[in-house]
Amino acid sequence: MKRFSSFIKKEFLHIFRDIRTMMMLLAMPVILLILFGFAIRTEIMNTPFAVLDESKSASSRQIIERMSGSRYFDLQKNPDNFNEIEKSFRKGEIKLAVIIPEDFSDDLYRTGTGNIQLSADASDPNEASIVTSYVQQILMRHQQSLMKEDKIPYTIRTEVKMLYNPQLVSAYNFVPGIMGLVLMLICAMVTSISIVREKEQGTMEILLVSPVKPVFIVLSKAIPYLLIAFLDVVLILLISNNILHVPIAGNIFLILFLSTLFILSALSLGMLISSVTKTQQAAMLMSGAGLMLPTILLSGLIFPVENMPVLLQLISNIIPAKWFITAIKDVMIKGLGFFSIWQELSILLGMTFFLLVVSIKQFKNRL
Amino acid sequence: MATSISINNISKKYDDTPALNSISFDINQGELFGLIGPDGAGKTSLFRILTTLLLADGGQASVAGLDVVKQYREIRNIVGYMPGKFSLYQDLSVQENLDFFANVFHTSMEENYDLIRDIYVQIEPFKNRRAGKLSGGMKQKLALCCALIHRPQVLFLDEPTTGVDPVSRKEFWEMLKRLKKENITILVSTPYMDEATLCDRIALIQSGKILSIATPDEITGKYPQKLFAVRSENNYQLLKQLRNDPQVSSAYIFGEYLHVTFKNDVPVIEAEEISPTVEDCFIQLMEMS
Amino acid sequence: MNSAITTENLTKQFGDFTAVDRISFEVAKGEIFGFLGANGAGKTTAMRMLCGLLSPTSGKGTVAGFDIYKQSDNIKRNIGYMSQKFSLYEDLSVAENMRLFGGIYGMNSKAIASKTDESLRELELTNDRNTRVKSLPSGIKQKVSFAVSIFHTPEIVFLDEPTGGVDPIARRKFWEMIYHAAEKGITVFVTTHYMDEAEYCNRVSIMVDGKIDALDSPEKLKNTFMASSMDEVFQSLARKAKNS
Repeated sequence: MKRFSSFIKKEFLHIFRDIRTMMMLLAMPVILLILFGFAIRTEIMNTPFAVLDESKSASSRQIIERMSGSRYFDLQKNPDNFNEIEKSFRKGEIKLAVIIPEDFSDDLYRTGTGNIQLSADASDPNEASIVTSYVQQILMRHQQSLMKEDKIPYTIRTEVKMLYNPQLVSAYNFVPGIMGLVLMLICAMVTSISIVREKEQGTMEILLVSPVKPVFIVLSKAIPYLLIAFLDVVLILLISNNILHVPIAGNIFLILFLSTLFILSALSLGMLISSVTKTQQAAMLMSGAGLMLPTILLSGLIFPVENMPVLLQLISNIIPAKWFITAIKDVMIKGLGFFSIWQELSILLGMTFFLLVVSIKQFKNRL
Repeated sequence: MATSISINNISKKYDDTPALNSISFDINQGELFGLIGPDGAGKTSLFRILTTLLLADGGQASVAGLDVVKQYREIRNIVGYMPGKFSLYQDLSVQENLDFFANVFHTSMEENYDLIRDIYVQIEPFKNRRAGKLSGGMKQKLALCCALIHRPQVLFLDEPTTGVDPVSRKEFWEMLKRLKKENITILVSTPYMDEATLCDRIALIQSGKILSIATPDEITGKYPQKLFAVRSENNYQLLKQLRNDPQVSSAYIFGEYLHVTFKNDVPVIEAEEISPTVEDCFIQLMEMS
Repeated sequence: MNSAITTENLTKQFGDFTAVDRISFEVAKGEIFGFLGANGAGKTTAMRMLCGLLSPTSGKGTVAGFDIYKQSDNIKRNIGYMSQKFSLYEDLSVAENMRLFGGIYGMNSKAIASKTDESLRELELTNDRNTRVKSLPSGIKQKVSFAVSIFHTPEIVFLDEPTGGVDPIARRKFWEMIYHAAEKGITVFVTTHYMDEAEYCNRVSIMVDGKIDALDSPEKLKNTFMASSMDEVFQSLARKAKNS
């Protein structure tokens, strides 16, 4: 036990004495989070939009006037059919299309309820949800003015269609993404580099010639990083909840449990990399290209996973980060419980177990 | 005398490059044994095989009666090893390094303090300094302390004096002499021929082959020819002329002098005859092989 | 005889620390000059000032007739440099290394071609012209490295800890190359902390704590210090430094 604690102590000394490692472990997650947090725009002006007005009624015209008069919207087109709308979307000419059906006006005045279809380009999910909420606000105001005139409670219902990102992955996407990224970075990259550094320095040679079992050396290296990674998870959750006001919808213990599981799988990957590489550069390259890159792509930080080519989506299935990010999104943002994520959880559990066994088997007793 | 290290037909190849070519010799208990040879001669490979870090392609070896392949766990408990490169934690202080390695071996500095005291007192004034900030000589002493902390039966020192200044080198060899009294078998490698004379016995190694094994005196005694030292105002011109002379067997620069041997039939009447150094022997053995 | 290197009270301070303390010496043209000292004695700092890489704090100095303060560009053009750490590109062939360094020193391709042939002949490496440097044995590598450092026929070549670890025959062949270069008029300035190397030099200086404590031919130094080797000379100088 004394031996074990001296290994842990030594590892923490390495970390605390290297300012670059410290920055990477503690400052980087915070900086990433805050950068992405501020990058989320909260007000969007002059969104180009198109209207397909099949109703051609007084009330539909009123609505269109209200929208084009708003500083939030900029009417670009009055197409005649759906095909044209789709073309404009593809060309990027518009971000939103308002489709007012033929019987809108009749329905509204006869039944008190009218339906309007909104289609939004949701490739930037954040923007799409803000834009559609603006439309809803405008419609709300329209309802109120109708109410004033007729004293009848009209309702205009909107049917929102999110194009290119039908599930409308939430704007707060980036928090799980950053969690996946940071944990992968600390557990896989930093851990593998710190193990390989001992090979480069020659200290591994001395430790191997000692009675200490190699597995013990590597496991004792993983523990400090496990603790720091856990600390980072807590830090990220605190900052996103208190500073960026990202709601944590689901069970916090389930989130922490998922994170721990993912940390373990990433640590095993780190150990695996360290046993097949000889230099810090190689370890960095391998964890960077092999793990970080897919994690960044899959994290949804750059573009939604659903938009990726099928082949990449298939490949993404073997990457633990995918299952972690999906599950954590479900729990943290959608507020789903254990039973909705049991599939992801069991896949992650299986992967972690497999990686741990493989990485322990990989350890060499010699150089 | 008991055998401490036994090496039988050990061979090792890296890809297609042979590093050790069927090497055999024994080292006695308590002996200070020197493995002398240039870089790339196979010294480090042999060290790694004996310290159970590397598997040989062929042959057997044992350390303290334990097989290096089958009983590697036991061997790791009883050997001390100092690799060629300074291999301690540069970002840890002297004391932290010592404490860490003591814990690695389930021991403490106090337990074997008598063994390391002589060395430790020299680095004690710097015990709170980071190992990376020590001078070359001090690093060496710290590394030796760490290798001795568990009172090993056999000590492996791979090029401990390479890149160390002459004063520290001398001190280091004095420390090794004192350790010999503790009945620790020491295998030390070095590229410096002048350090050979400080060992009990030496093996000259070149290109993975042993050129000769004996005491330093026996090795220089076996030098087959008479050796002469000559010098002139222009040694380089003299060397070129001697090389062209058919009666000269060999001529090499040795610092300010040229060391020359003549073919048997030349009756040298007057010249300063000198005793060969280990380096002369090494050259002669290299030429023969 | 004109001097290849002269220094007068050359000093370099880093803050409060005096790395090089008023050193004065002259190196004659064609001389093999050994610049000895323990690690940290100030050898590297002194050599960097001579190569024009570091500006002195005070004192004077010339290298190849050029002032070390003002004419460092001229100095760089007229010196060669070789160190144990870096001298050749391992992934280039012998001839490619030569062409590269010839080009760096502004030699034209005709001069490079003829000099390459000459160098390879002298190295007895004509057949290894296109061999990658990394596959050469370390003794040969060292010789190629030296040949590259004098490829542009500099007036002075600085050798920073050039030898170490090569076999005794290769080491002597290396020194023979150095003698050969010196005979052709190239001044050789060798820094080393291996005292036995010192015996190969015409004259040596021994630096202790930033000062030159001794400067003479190895033979005279050994006589003065009543020592049988340069190693002993150094030991007694170092001991004196420790006691003071």
